[in-house]
Amino acid sequence: MSTTTTRGVAQPAPAKVSKARPRRGLGASSTFNFWLFTGPFLIGLVIFVFVPIGWSIWLSFFEARFTVTPSEFVGLDNYKQVLTDTNFRNSLVTFTVFAAFIVPATWAMSLGLALLVNRLRFMRAFFRSVFFLPTAVSYVAAALIWKMSIFNGVRFGLANTFLGWFGIDNIAWLANPDPPWYWLVIVTVRLWLQSGFYMILFIAALQNIPRELYEAASIDGAKPGWQTFRHITLPQLRATSTAVILLLLVAAYQAFDEFFNLLGKATWGQPPLVELYKMALGQNQNYGAGSAGAVVLTLLICVVTLFQGKIMGFGRGEESK
Amino acid sequence: MSASSNMNWDRRNVLRAAMGLAAAGGLAACGSNTGRGAGGSGDALVQYFHAYGEAGVEQAVKRYAKAYKDANVATQWITGNNYEQKLFAALLTKNAPDVFEFHPQIQMVKSGQVADLSDIIDPVKDDFNPADIKSHTVDGKIYGVRMIDDPQFLFYRPSLFKKAGVQVPTTLEELIEAADKLTTSKVKGLFLGNDLTSIDRPLIWSAGADTLTADNKPAFNTDAVADGLKQLRALFTSGNLLLDAPADSWDPSALIQGLTAIQWCGMWAMPAMQKALGDDIGIFPFPKVGSAGKQSVYNGGWSMFVNAKGKNVEAAKEYVKWLWIDQKKYQEDFATSYGFHIPPRTSLAASATKLKSGLPAEGVKLFNEFGHFDNIGWTQAMIAAFWDVIANTVRKNGDPKAALDACEKKVDAELKKLFG
Repeated sequence: MSTTTTRGVAQPAPAKVSKARPRRGLGASSTFNFWLFTGPFLIGLVIFVFVPIGWSIWLSFFEARFTVTPSEFVGLDNYKQVLTDTNFRNSLVTFTVFAAFIVPATWAMSLGLALLVNRLRFMRAFFRSVFFLPTAVSYVAAALIWKMSIFNGVRFGLANTFLGWFGIDNIAWLANPDPPWYWLVIVTVRLWLQSGFYMILFIAALQNIPRELYEAASIDGAKPGWQTFRHITLPQLRATSTAVILLLLVAAYQAFDEFFNLLGKATWGQPPLVELYKMALGQNQNYGAGSAGAVVLTLLICVVTLFQGKIMGFGRGEESK
Repeated sequence: MSASSNMNWDRRNVLRAAMGLAAAGGLAACGSNTGRGAGGSGDALVQYFHAYGEAGVEQAVKRYAKAYKDANVATQWITGNNYEQKLFAALLTKNAPDVFEFHPQIQMVKSGQVADLSDIIDPVKDDFNPADIKSHTVDGKIYGVRMIDDPQFLFYRPSLFKKAGVQVPTTLEELIEAADKLTTSKVKGLFLGNDLTSIDRPLIWSAGADTLTADNKPAFNTDAVADGLKQLRALFTSGNLLLDAPADSWDPSALIQGLTAIQWCGMWAMPAMQKALGDDIGIFPFPKVGSAGKQSVYNGGWSMFVNAKGKNVEAAKEYVKWLWIDQKKYQEDFATSYGFHIPPRTSLAASATKLKSGLPAEGVKLFNEFGHFDNIGWTQAMIAAFWDVIANTVRKNGDPKAALDACEKKVDAELKKLFG
């Protein structure tokens, strides 16, 4: 091992070499380094995102059943089929209902958890981990647990056992859509899975609020509790809240796993992705119509995101706080 | 840049090279994970099987594959309840299986996904159940080798019937009445699967209708089927039907665990049921629906197909011939050692001693007397369209006639694409 002394002696020599070496080896070093670091990601992005999007757009103008290399051009027929398909339109309603439940519920729950955990004097790391852990669970695994042990329809299902104590009959949570108990199953599983993650975001934001603000408020006579929460904490969390709501909306749009695994062969409660999956990858194998639906959905997501950004000021930078 | 950081260049370069190598290695590892075992002799083949519920089937399938000397056969055991969707998606990719089990469906023939197997079946054609040959034949060519026939009917507990004073039902009214009498606070009367889709075709046949006519026109949209759906809706809301059971109807758990007195299931589950319940088990066909109907049994089953777009079509055909035509010992083992299935080969069915007496023999009798086989023209898209009818009219209070009309429209569109 080199000591301090030898290092001091050795240093000048490589310093001289280094003037030439980077230029020889990495001539346009900043350009080269840019591509070196972004290259692998860009290649992945192009292969796994841009090419499929392009291919999908191309497919959407073709009659593509049981093939992804079709030859029969059909113009806008697939779009006509998708837009007149009641299942596809219903799926947009389903999504809207789902988002209306899940976005505010997760926002409130993760903020609540963050406030609670943030106030803890001890075992904070423990509770933070406990609430965060479900984030690491697979949606499929959680959906199966919800379906087979918590919300199964037989007398020994967890939910039915609990209701049984109060003399309430067994409920078929998922099989019977009337009343629509399936929403309870779907919303609770996602709430459990994702609240912890957004809680972490809120905790980080809470810790960034300067303490002086609270001190100043308390000198001005603000009562701790609701008043400071309403007038200091909440406004200070605005940027984070906006980001969280945007992320939640995107996540809700991507909902697939729990719907697919919980509802199976139902005709209700099918969000757009499940509907498109059935159309393209499921029984029908109609890649043309499926791609047309995907394009329509992509456009919708773009419009909604831009609109939301406009309203909530996402990406407006510092002054939006 | 300071001198000391320049000194680190060497180390960084080394690190970069190492990371590049690691990334390349990682990518290479991704590329080679095709499910094909390395080494071995001859060609490499991949076969897809859906996950059979009985213990030992997976090991048996892998054992047969290992015994084959001319190719290295890797088995993909597909779990989950959407085998057909995984199979359909995989067939479009480079990693598609070379051979796979499925049911005969004409769209796979029309789209050139399955290879013509006439040349390997023709020599032994007469040894197959004629219905199994017919259901795999399009324009004189045979596209799949039937491995097993799986009659599906209702299983019941005679002891519970006796206690409730119930006779074995022969009509849907009687079945619904029996379910009512058999239901107690702990046991539900009847289990037809969590989404009731497994009785889709039996309902049609028992109502005296059919999926398609002989010249491939929709034949399921009749008043009797609509009335049957209405009766099932009443059953669904009666509280006598077991719903949201942890295991679906293809699994014998619901009956074995005493959750229900009658369950729709298949012959494969007989060994498990007999082991758990002994003699307290009986079977009867799906009851008659309406006055013009007739009891029915669904003769389902699984067949082996060769991916016509695979890299080794000839090698795959050789393997299918070796295992499912030549190796009668393995065929018998597969049909009778785990779950019970009826071998489609008449010579094997005649010698399968396990199916000769008791409950299995009764199953064979129902299979012969009431059985309906798959119609190759009734494709997955049509099956799914009829599943929507069940969801909309039995689980939801939709109008049966309107739902059947909507289904007929979808089926018509499919038929038009398939037959022009």
